[in-house]
Amino acid sequence: MKDGALVVAGMATLSAGTYAFRLSGQALRARITFPPRAAKLLEAAAVILLAALVATTALTEGHGFSGFARPAGVLVAGVLAWRKAPFLVVVLAAAVVTALLRILGVA
Amino acid sequence: MVWVFKIYFMRSIWRTLDRRVLADVGLTCVAVFFIGLSYGAIAVASGFPLWVPAALSVLVLAGASEFLFVGIVATGGSPIAAALAGLLVNSRHLPYGLALPPGVTGRRWARLLGTHVMNDESVVFALAQPDQPRQRAAYWACGLGVLACWPGGAVLGGLIGSAVHDTSAFGLDAMFPAVILALIVKDLRDARTLRAALAGAAVALVATPFLPAGLPVLLALTALLLLVRAPAPAPSPETSTSTSPGQEPAAAEVRAAR
Repeated sequence: MKDGALVVAGMATLSAGTYAFRLSGQALRARITFPPRAAKLLEAAAVILLAALVATTALTEGHGFSGFARPAGVLVAGVLAWRKAPFLVVVLAAAVVTALLRILGVA
Repeated sequence: MVWVFKIYFMRSIWRTLDRRVLADVGLTCVAVFFIGLSYGAIAVASGFPLWVPAALSVLVLAGASEFLFVGIVATGGSPIAAALAGLLVNSRHLPYGLALPPGVTGRRWARLLGTHVMNDESVVFALAQPDQPRQRAAYWACGLGVLACWPGGAVLGGLIGSAVHDTSAFGLDAMFPAVILALIVKDLRDARTLRAALAGAAVALVATPFLPAGLPVLLALTALLLLVRAPAPAPSPETSTSTSPGQEPAAAEVRAAR
């Protein structure tokens, strides 16, 4: 961890802001009608952010390519998750496939 | 006095909910515990001291945003940008609060805690119940369960993770994207969301070699434009004021995109 104070500031921002979101929805409930389309967009924005995080953490390391072992493991996990395998199986499959490929000499 | 109230309250949760709902809540909490294990292990493996995932798990209590925060900071991104990205993910709690009937989250002082335990699971379980006493009971059972299991898992995972030194040998670096993928796969079954998510991921990947860490993920939000395109022009002013304006244009967009 490079800058402890800045990390603490980030943690405080995330904690306080999240609580504010939880509180404000209830407070607003009596006063405004939230358009369902806007609510759907908020949900989609979260999914897009998380999907981008999956892609970048699976395929890149720093500014370059991460090698084949990690994305291969994540791909297997993705197929298992799509076929509704239990969470534990999905996550362990990613680690096991990646580790086995590295043992076999795949970067 | 407070403890008497709590014991009474827990017993009333126990009596109000039927066995099957309680079993489902229990299973969900076990799953949350395991996600917490991987979260703590990953956070420590990517260089954070144990107190960071431990404090986040109690104070934020929203897994996906914590993963995002830890992921962005670990890859060299600014903690403030990471917090803003996490807040964007957590903005869904605002519509959650709008969706919950008043009283479910508790009254007066209990509401301070009841607000904090609002999460994907507790909201889903509450809204699935037929009446308000059961909604309240399911909400609190799941909310308090997650409040125990998420930080518990994170701390134990962090302790296990700090015992493992070469994380890449065990493929632990592949677990983080796999966890997130497993959490969002149900949303990706929607064709429009999937298309936007793939476009966003492509934008982030293309930007990664050129931009500072953390920014490519935020740039992925440009893919939201795929979802906010203006609805098809209405033939007359009357149609635009119909009761379900979102339905028809959305269907038209899906057809047009094929």
